[in-house]
This record gives sequence, structure tokens and C-alpha cells, in this order.
Amino acid sequence: MLGTGIIKGLAVTAKNFVGSFYDPARLVTVEYPEKQIPIPENYRNFPFLVHEGDDPIATLRCVACKICENECPPQCIYIVAERDEKGKVLKKPKIFDIDIAVCMSCQICVEVCPFDAIKMDQHFEIAAGNRFEGLLLHREQLAKPNSYYQKIHPTEAAEVDAMLTAMKARQAAEKSAKAKPAPATQTPPPAA
Amino acid sequence: MNAPANTNSLLERAPVMIRDWIIGFFPESLRWPVGALLAIAAMLAVFGLVFAFLTLAERKLLGRAQNRPGPNRSGLPFFRGTKLFGLTQPFADAVKMLTKEDIVPRAADHLLHFLAPVLVVAFALMTFAVIPYGRQLVAVDIDAGVLYFFAAGAATELAIFMAGWASHNKYSLIGAMRALAQLISYELPLLLSVVPVVMLAGTLSPTKIVEAQANVPGGLIPHWHVFTPWGAVGFAIFMVAALAEANRSPFDLPEGESELVAGHLTEYSGFKYALFFMAEYFGMIGLTGMGATLFLGGWQAPCAFLEFIPSYLWFGVKMLSLILFMMWIRATLLRLRIDQLTRLAWKFLVPLALINLGTAAFWSRTDSWSGPLQFVRWAIALALIVVPFVVIGRRLTAGLAPRTYRYAT
Amino acid sequence: MTDPEIASPSAFPEPSVLATHSAATVRPVHDEFHGDLLEVSMGPQHPSTHGVFRMVVTLDGEVIVKLKPVFGYLHRNHEKLGENTTYLGSMPYTDRLDYLCSMTNNWAYALAVEKLAGQPVPERAEYVRVILAEMTRLVNHMCLVGFLFNDLGTSFTPLLYAFREREKFIDLFESLSGSRMMCNFQRFGGCRANPSPEWLGAVSKLVDGFPKFLDEYEQLLTGNEILLARTQGVGCLSPELAVQAGITGPMLRASGVGYDIRKADGYGIYPRFDFRVPIGAHGDTYDRYMMRILEMRESVKILQQALRDIPAGPVMDPKSRLRNFRPKPGEAYGRIEGPKGEIGFYLISDGSPNPLRYRVRAPSFVNLTVIEDMCLGRTVADSVVILGSVDIVLGEVDR
Repeated sequence: MLGTGIIKGLAVTAKNFVGSFYDPARLVTVEYPEKQIPIPENYRNFPFLVHEGDDPIATLRCVACKICENECPPQCIYIVAERDEKGKVLKKPKIFDIDIAVCMSCQICVEVCPFDAIKMDQHFEIAAGNRFEGLLLHREQLAKPNSYYQKIHPTEAAEVDAMLTAMKARQAAEKSAKAKPAPATQTPPPAA
Repeated sequence: MNAPANTNSLLERAPVMIRDWIIGFFPESLRWPVGALLAIAAMLAVFGLVFAFLTLAERKLLGRAQNRPGPNRSGLPFFRGTKLFGLTQPFADAVKMLTKEDIVPRAADHLLHFLAPVLVVAFALMTFAVIPYGRQLVAVDIDAGVLYFFAAGAATELAIFMAGWASHNKYSLIGAMRALAQLISYELPLLLSVVPVVMLAGTLSPTKIVEAQANVPGGLIPHWHVFTPWGAVGFAIFMVAALAEANRSPFDLPEGESELVAGHLTEYSGFKYALFFMAEYFGMIGLTGMGATLFLGGWQAPCAFLEFIPSYLWFGVKMLSLILFMMWIRATLLRLRIDQLTRLAWKFLVPLALINLGTAAFWSRTDSWSGPLQFVRWAIALALIVVPFVVIGRRLTAGLAPRTYRYAT
Repeated sequence: MTDPEIASPSAFPEPSVLATHSAATVRPVHDEFHGDLLEVSMGPQHPSTHGVFRMVVTLDGEVIVKLKPVFGYLHRNHEKLGENTTYLGSMPYTDRLDYLCSMTNNWAYALAVEKLAGQPVPERAEYVRVILAEMTRLVNHMCLVGFLFNDLGTSFTPLLYAFREREKFIDLFESLSGSRMMCNFQRFGGCRANPSPEWLGAVSKLVDGFPKFLDEYEQLLTGNEILLARTQGVGCLSPELAVQAGITGPMLRASGVGYDIRKADGYGIYPRFDFRVPIGAHGDTYDRYMMRILEMRESVKILQQALRDIPAGPVMDPKSRLRNFRPKPGEAYGRIEGPKGEIGFYLISDGSPNPLRYRVRAPSFVNLTVIEDMCLGRTVADSVVILGSVDIVLGEVDR
């Protein structure tokens, strides 16, 4: 009969209206600044650079190998390696800039980095007053300690740390053995 | 009219007493205009506030029906952090609307573009004059009040056409044309659904129609028109036509936001837009108020022992519940197409309303039937309603049905 | 099952064929009963054109006598970008094609590259891909149905119910891939991350509760008389025209052609699953809507089977490499049944790190080509609904 479909529909909206007062599944809004949905561990936003020690710039893991610069699809990374007085290339970046106006958070730089030096940040409440300089992050802003990395990606960081300590131990063992020829440096597989 | 003792309670008489007290300060010659102005001022204040909070109620209700809380952030100025469940939202909206830039298209007809929102509110307000809000609470008690009401109500659509035409925008123009087609289609069932009430009450005056629905002293069952077979049908047709008349979903075609961007409102901004919005709500208030008057007993309490509650509160409750029902419909239904809209009016509502005239006539002629004949009376009346409904409804929806589907291997 | 060969480009309908299918022809401008025709430019800024699509419609009253689709407002050089970035570098760009179903776009692209390079995929990764693709189908169809109802004039209620459920799925995408919509998850030779048992459990729980949501959703509007009146018999697409124009996906099946690449091609591990392909009979908007609803129910079945059978193991082929990926010269076409239709990537390699030619067969774009044939003789209100039922995402149409 004409009208039954309409009445059924009205029943559904009425159910949802009443349900919104007692059933959390029918009132799904999270009122953001006061409450926040916990961020999943895998959440990614923009990249940052991991440093080991107290001095952010001196202890960067990055060796300025420029792999991420080459692989970055929108080409938002710009790296210049540090050189000593004689012009010899040192294994650290003099300039490491990421233009986060261009970055599309694809995580490919993280996947291709053989040194676990660049990771994805989770800080999303970002604003800048200027769309050119304000969105161009330099190595000073990008450098964040390993403890921060361990805090935001605990599982992944534990794997990376275990691998790095194992590698260091192996390198130390090799150094102490010395007699044997050094095997080709193993590229650690990209972190999952 | 047999007035029980408690109808003269202080609360009941309060509005009239206040009015009399104020006009008592004026000389005899000025009393009538002052009284009229007072009524206008009171109505503007009350319905302005009702409008403000109805917008909030609609947004809250829609929100709750859609699993979200609705507006709940606006607090008080200078008191940061207060929220008050969003109760100050209408005032924040008003400030926003008032301070917004008013943009008039260069090609628009400036005079009509300005006049349309003014007239639409004016016509909507005019309908308020004849609605009896309570015992003795009616601004103008004219004999042809019902006719006056529908004449003034229909004029709002002309203002909407004016808006669409003056905007010099193709969407607005289509919206305006739709508004006119809708007006012509729905004015007829709206009036036809009211005719039985006029017929049985024997008067065109809203106050007398309300009095015709008065409770039997000591009675428990309300003596409202909606509880008769013809009244129920008339009320249903009236509500459907009122939805169309007020341009509410599922008949919000002139606005048609998904097709016509905003229809006749496309070129309006700021306070003029707010005026259209206000007129829409005033239209809703007027039509539901008239619906309550004609079919739901107006300001009458449902039964005699509930008459200690002031009559204007009863009227407010009835009107608000009808408005909430309209909002509930908006939360659920989708929009008709213009040809279906007119078809629904001409091929479904008009025939049903005409048959309903016959039902009402039958009902009034058989008033004397009692005992077992009472059942016969009800059966015949119900058959007169259900059979045409099913037959015409089936013809209207011919070929439309949920389908079953086959599957590939 | 219709032979997919019919849809070859040479069989694209001639204008005369199109004319026989259109319901109305352009009337003379000044005749006795009709005044001037009104040309309305709907879009690119319009609430119901699903992005920056533009329809130049010529109206006689409210009846459409001519409709010219205009697009390209969102053109982003996708294919040229693909030819100038590495194979891996194109992967995040495929997310942005059809931004509602990045997982299936990723899969289609990965499939093409895997074909090109002869790269095997581990068993578990195949299962993960099926799970993600079917979840994407649910997400996409929910969005579509919600927006279709919005085009039909509801006040957001069905859309918000659909989004309530969709949110749960994209939250799972986020916890697995790191991003809600731009997942960038598939890699050549597997997937980027191995889903944990907890994640699979969460999917399972969500999927098991999904039919209940669908029931309530259908109760809301499927039997609604206004919906029936607005959609049945509106925007009919004949099976002949659909096949000739190369329409794929639910839109083709709504026209009564039982062609589903999951069945016809059997890519991945789809032959292992037991599911049915719903077919419409009228090819109208209602059929297109119901196809989506029924497909969601079938997707739930596939998901339940996949979640039950998923084996343990790695999700990435150990021999696959991310960097210095240079497939040998050759060409490959990878296609899958995306939620909107056949999404395919055609690649030609010359042995360098970048593809020589990179071409996307976007289902939205192909499905959009028949919009005028469906809209002629209908009203403005119908054109919006028909466009909504085609299911376009402008990121994919304009590329």
C-alpha cells in the first residue's frame, strides 16, 4: 500500500534519533579539541629525521646519500652533503629541506632509506603563517630524537633498534676480528 | 459555550489582563490602535523567538537523527568555555547574518530583489492575524478568517516568484517557476481538505471552528475533528499540502539544493537570505497553527480535567508537535520531481479530498445514528476512505515496486 | 556471460546509434508550444556534480534536450607524471586517481607492473589484497549510495549513516597503512605491511556486523515510494549501448550484462571464492542503486571467506626490490574489477626505471561517456540523479 515505505523510513530515523541519546554507536561524533581519537601506531603524516644523541644536528642518522631525494615522487626533498675544508664529502647533510607544501605523505622516503634515518611523524596539528618559508622545513626543525620515534612508533622502533644494535655489534666484531675480509655491507630491509 | 470554573484561572487570563492594563494608560480614542500594536508586538516577539529556537531545534533534531549532536558549541560572549548546549546558536547566527555582506547581482532587478524578502516575511506574518492562539487570544477575529488565511499564505509564493525572477539567475528562474507550479497544484487540495471542516462547523471563523471542537463537560475523549474519519483524512491531506505550501522536504523543489544550487535563494545573502529563512519558518508556524486549529481542536485541552493548563500552552504544544513532525519528515524523505509533485496533487490528493467531501456529508447526515448503527456508520465512512486510497494509490504507483534480481553464474 | 571482445574501440557507437537510443530530439526553438530553450551551465561549481564536472544542459522547460559534458578542470597530468617518475614513484599517485578507492587502484597498478616484471606474489599477500579490495568496494559503494540519496534530495541522513560505517573501514585502513584514504599500500610483489591477527579480527568483527547495517539502511529508503518514483525508469541504459560504449562495473551489470572481471578474468585468487554477480534487468537508476547494495552483500561473503582462509606467511616476495626497479622491455596491461568498473593500467617498458608509456583506463571516465544518452528527455532533477548513479570521481575522470 502507498506509504508503507515512507513509514518504514520514518521508523529508522526515529530509531536513530532515540538511539543517539543512549547508544554510543548511534552518536559517533568525537568533539575534537576536548577529546581525541587515539592515533594508530602506523599513522603517518610528514617525515622527520632521527637523531641519536643530545646534539640534534651532529648526531643525525642521515648520511646525505640522497636516495630519498631521488625516489621522492613529488621531489619535495632537497639535500646538500657537508664537505670538509678539502672539499671531501662528509657523511652528513649540510642542507636537508623538506617542502611540506609539496610532500604528499607517501612514506616512500622512509621505505627506501637504508639507514633508518628518516621516519614519518604523527604530529598533525600544524599551522604556518607563511606558505613559502613557513612550509619549508630545515634540518633543525626536522631533527627529532630517537626517543620520540620510539614513542610514536613503538613496535617499528623496537625492530629498527634491534637491527641497528645487531649491526653495530657485528661491525664491532668484524673490526675486532680484522683478519677476515669485510663482507659487503648489508642493506637492512626497509622497515615494515 | 459552557465554560468550566477553572478556565478563568489567572494564567489563562494573564495575556489579556496585561493588555488591558497597558491600554488603560491611553485615552479612549487611542485604545484600539494601541491594542492592535500591542498584539503585533507580542506576536513578533513571541514568534521571532519561536523561529530562532525552531532553527536550533531543527538542526538538533536532524543532527540526532543523523548520529551527531547538532550545534552545541556556541556559548556566551565574554565567557569562554561556556557551552549551554548550543542554546545561543540562533543569536550567533543572527549576528552573522546581519553582518554579512549583502550582494546584489549587477543584472538583477534591484527593486524587486529587495522587495521579495520583505514581502515574503510580510505575507507570512499576515497569516498570523487570524489564528486563535488561546481563549480570547486572537488578533483579528474576522468571520472569513479561514479564507483570509489561505489568501495571505498563497501570496508568499508570489514573493518567492518575485525573488526568482528578480535575481536574473537561471537557477533562480527555474526555482521560481517550480514555486508557481507548486502553488497552483497544492492550493487546491489544501483548500479542499478544509472545506469539510467549514461544512460541519458551519462557519469560516477559526474561533468558532475551535469552539465547535469543545470538550463535552467531564468527557475523556477529545471531540476534535481529527478523530472522525473525514477529519483524519482531511488532516492528512492538509499536512501533505502544508508541507508543499511551506516548501518543506519532500516538496522543497523551489529551493532544490541538489539540482538548482539554492533555487530562488541562489542570489541572496546576508540578512535577505535570513528573511527568506524566517519566512519559511513563519509559514510552517502559520500552517501548523491553522492545522491545529482546524483539526486538532485549536487551544482546547484534550479532555476536560486537563483544562487547568492555559489554553495557549495547549495550542503551542499542538503546533510544536506538528512542526517537529515536519522536521522528522525532512530528516527521512527525499525530494519529489516537479512532474511527480503535480501528479501527486492532481491525481491523488484532489480526488481524495473530493471524496472526503462526500464522506463528511455522509457523516453529518448520519449524526443521529446510534447503537449498532454507529458501527455501520464507521464502517461505511472507513470504506469511503480506504477503498479510494488503495485504488487511487495503486494507480498512482503503477509499475513502481521493489524488484528482485537474478545473478550471473 | 557476454564476450568482452565486443567492447573493442572499433565498436564504439556511431552518432546515429546514439540518436536511436535517445528519448528526445532537439525541438525547434520557436514553435507554437515551446518558447526559447534555456541553456544552463551546471558546474563546475555545483553541489551535485561530484567535484568540478560541468554539464552544459539545454532545457525546454525542465526537460533536457541537449547535454554537453565538460571536464578537465581537475586535470593533473597523471599519465605524463607516471612516465617521468619511477615505477614505485607512481604508486602514491594512483591513490589520487579515484580517491575513494586507493587500495584497488594500487592493486591494479601493482598487477600491471608485476605482469611486466614477472614478479610473483606470496599467498598471504593475495589474500590481503582481496580483503582490502572488497573493503574498498564496501567503502566506495557506501559513499556512492549516500551521495546518490543526497542528489535525490535527502537532508544528509542516508549519507551520514553510510559515512558512519565507512569511517570504521577507513579507520582500519589507517591503522594498517597509515593513511585513511591515500593508502599507498600495495607494492610490486606483495603488500607493504603484514596485517596483525588483531587487525584481521577487527575486520572480521566489522564485516560480520555489516549485513545488519545494510538491512537497516535498506529499510530506510529502498522501499520508499518517492525513491521508486524518482529512480525507476529514469536514465535507462540499454545493454547494447552499454557494451558498445565500453561501460563496465555495476553500471554494465545493471543493464543486464553479466560481466565481472573477477569472474571473467579470475585475477588474483578470486576463483577460489564463492560469490554471485547480481544482474539488473532495466538498466535504470534504481537498478544501478540496487546493484551496489547487492554487491555489498556479496563482498561481505567474499570477505568472510577470505578472512577465514587467510594463511600465515610473508606478504612481500623476498626477491622483489623497491629501488632500481627496471623491468625488461615489454608491455603489460593489469586490470581488476574496481568498485566503479574495470580499472586498468597499461605500461610499456623500455628497460629504464621509468615506464615509456603509462596509461590509465579509468572506469569513471568511460562510464561517463553515455551521460547524454541517459539524460535526454529527462528533467534537470533527473540528470543530477543519473550522474550520481553513474558513480564518478573527478580525480579519475580528469586524471
